[in-house]
Amino acid sequence: MNKTLLIFRHEFLHTIKRKGFIIMTLIVPVLALLGIGVFQLISTIEKPPVVETTTIGYVDEAGGFGQYTTQGNIELVPFDTPGDATAALINGDVPEYFVIPPDYMSTGVINRYTLEKEVETPPIITTVIKNFLTSNLLSEKVPPETVYRIEAPLDLVVTRLTETGEVATEQGGYGNVIIPGIFSLLLAFSLMFSSSYLVQGLGDEKESRLIEVLLSSVSTRQLLVGKVLGLGAAGIVQVIVWLASAPLLLRLASSSLGGFISTIQLPANFIVLGIVYFALGYLLFAALSAGVGAISPNAREGQQLSMIYSLFVFVPIWFSSLLFIFPNSPVWVVLTIFPVTAPMAAMLRLGVSGIAAWELAVSIAVLVLSIIGVMLLAIRAFRVYLLMYGKRPNWGEIIQNLRSG
Amino acid sequence: MHAVEVSHIAKSFADKVAVGDLSFSVAQGEMFGLIGPNGAGKTTTIRMMMDIIKPDSGEVTILGEKLTEATKDKLGYMPEERGLYKKLSVLESIIYLASLKGMDRRSATEKANQLLNQTGMLDSRKKKIEELSKGMGQIIQFIVTIIHDPQLVIMDEPFAGLDPVNTELLKGMLADLRNQGKAVILSTHQMNQVEELCDRILMISNGHAVLYGNLSEIRARYRGNSVLIDCKGEMGEVPGVTAKRPHKGYTELILDGKTTPQQVLTHLISRGMVINRFEVATPSLNEIFLKEVGKKS
Repeated sequence: MNKTLLIFRHEFLHTIKRKGFIIMTLIVPVLALLGIGVFQLISTIEKPPVVETTTIGYVDEAGGFGQYTTQGNIELVPFDTPGDATAALINGDVPEYFVIPPDYMSTGVINRYTLEKEVETPPIITTVIKNFLTSNLLSEKVPPETVYRIEAPLDLVVTRLTETGEVATEQGGYGNVIIPGIFSLLLAFSLMFSSSYLVQGLGDEKESRLIEVLLSSVSTRQLLVGKVLGLGAAGIVQVIVWLASAPLLLRLASSSLGGFISTIQLPANFIVLGIVYFALGYLLFAALSAGVGAISPNAREGQQLSMIYSLFVFVPIWFSSLLFIFPNSPVWVVLTIFPVTAPMAAMLRLGVSGIAAWELAVSIAVLVLSIIGVMLLAIRAFRVYLLMYGKRPNWGEIIQNLRSG
Repeated sequence: MHAVEVSHIAKSFADKVAVGDLSFSVAQGEMFGLIGPNGAGKTTTIRMMMDIIKPDSGEVTILGEKLTEATKDKLGYMPEERGLYKKLSVLESIIYLASLKGMDRRSATEKANQLLNQTGMLDSRKKKIEELSKGMGQIIQFIVTIIHDPQLVIMDEPFAGLDPVNTELLKGMLADLRNQGKAVILSTHQMNQVEELCDRILMISNGHAVLYGNLSEIRARYRGNSVLIDCKGEMGEVPGVTAKRPHKGYTELILDGKTTPQQVLTHLISRGMVINRFEVATPSLNEIFLKEVGKKS
């Protein structure tokens, strides 16, 4: 058998037998199943919550705010003076009250009193007070339907059309973002862990001098290509397990949980692009780790150095909330093309806004070229720094040696 | 065709010259000692021979050609510090490393079992490497080095850390390899082992050759003008002997420079003395080593 293949097989089997890899691979379906199970258990034990009616006191000093005292499940109780309302509050008759001052019509000021320490007024209370005031102000001036429409002016229903004017099969929304979001996060962690395996493995081989035994049998190129491909294949196994379990889990979850879960769907092309980006991401990080393993004198220093590029994998995730607000920002194009962030950025964007075909083509091409480039540099660095057991060279020395080596 | 031909190789790391203009050759069927103090450049020389690092200048040919992937399958290398995959079993470690030398799994397994049996380690074949003692690990490393029947075996400090029993076992197996016509290079600073096993040596110090050639010729070159004698009775005056130095179990006779050892022996026998031991004093390799390395430094 070809020696690269032998190393590939050894590294692949070694990786997929590692406890960390097995846990990371199985934790997704297992946790999801556990979550569904726990939810079902709780829903069978617990009865549906009973909607409790609460009361809020108010003092009408302006006059004319005596109607519409029932707002949903909240009852508004009038008090004659603020003193009465305060006494009721202290006695626990009402959890809070508000005062409509005499100059309300000119100032719009409403004074709210509560015993709770709050960052801001809960939105439900604000809505109740607002609707109560609106209803009373418009009472007998406009029909009740108009009052209701003013209080709830829109229920926005968006339909995405294709370029030919038909209703698109993929309608977007949060349901579309969930799977790519989770995958992006898992990929980020997975890349971080796998980089760590490779750096650790190379560091151990260098420290134990096993590397010399290996290089007395194979070339540096065979050794590194075998290792990188072995790790890449392990990454593909991981993503296939996740992707294969996703539809099954979703079906199980939507039938038992229903609601929002039933709106979750896999975006078109996600499976294919997911595998492509996962594999390329793994290969790039494996090549980077090989380079770091080459210039590091031991596993510990290699791990520290690998943190630099490992942190990059989280950049698109840190800024993912901005993706919802500015989905078409050029920053996202840059993150999709920049090789270290490309796999995560691409997955996130697939769920939120989609990616133009040219961007995908450029992103994948840059990733492939980066893998080849980093691999060639890693092979060179490996040869130059293989026997540097004592100290790590500084960056100036590395650049100089890579040029001359 | 030589097993190894090294021609004017040199290697520097930063400002330090590790090896400077070194040339030597090793014949097939020869046990060759590469000796020198710590930091002399032995390991760097071996790494250049193995193509693990490139020399700054000079050439190395192994088994008549520059080292290629195919040639790598014909050599076995045991580095100074031993390393194997700690989590793998003994048998799996041997089979994997043997497969990288071009052996198929079946023949690697057969040969591994045979060698494990020969070294008394067959019972440990399923143990993880991390469960073995240092000496046992070293034996496994030795098996890995020779399992693929290499034409050239290079061993860096092979006896370091081994107990006397395993040292003898290893020596016997190395002698077998030489008798099978393989070239064996021993890099060590344990002079007694080299004296016992090697046919020729290269002594290096500070990256340069100090002594190179046939071991007995080198020792003869350093031979002094004295003889060692163990005899019964009083020697009395011996013509040509300028001084007598008593040692435990023997006496060293210093000759005057004109008298030969044969003349001394003839004289003693003619006097009817019973001689248990008569030996021309030859310095040990260790003494030569200390003398030469001391001279250099």
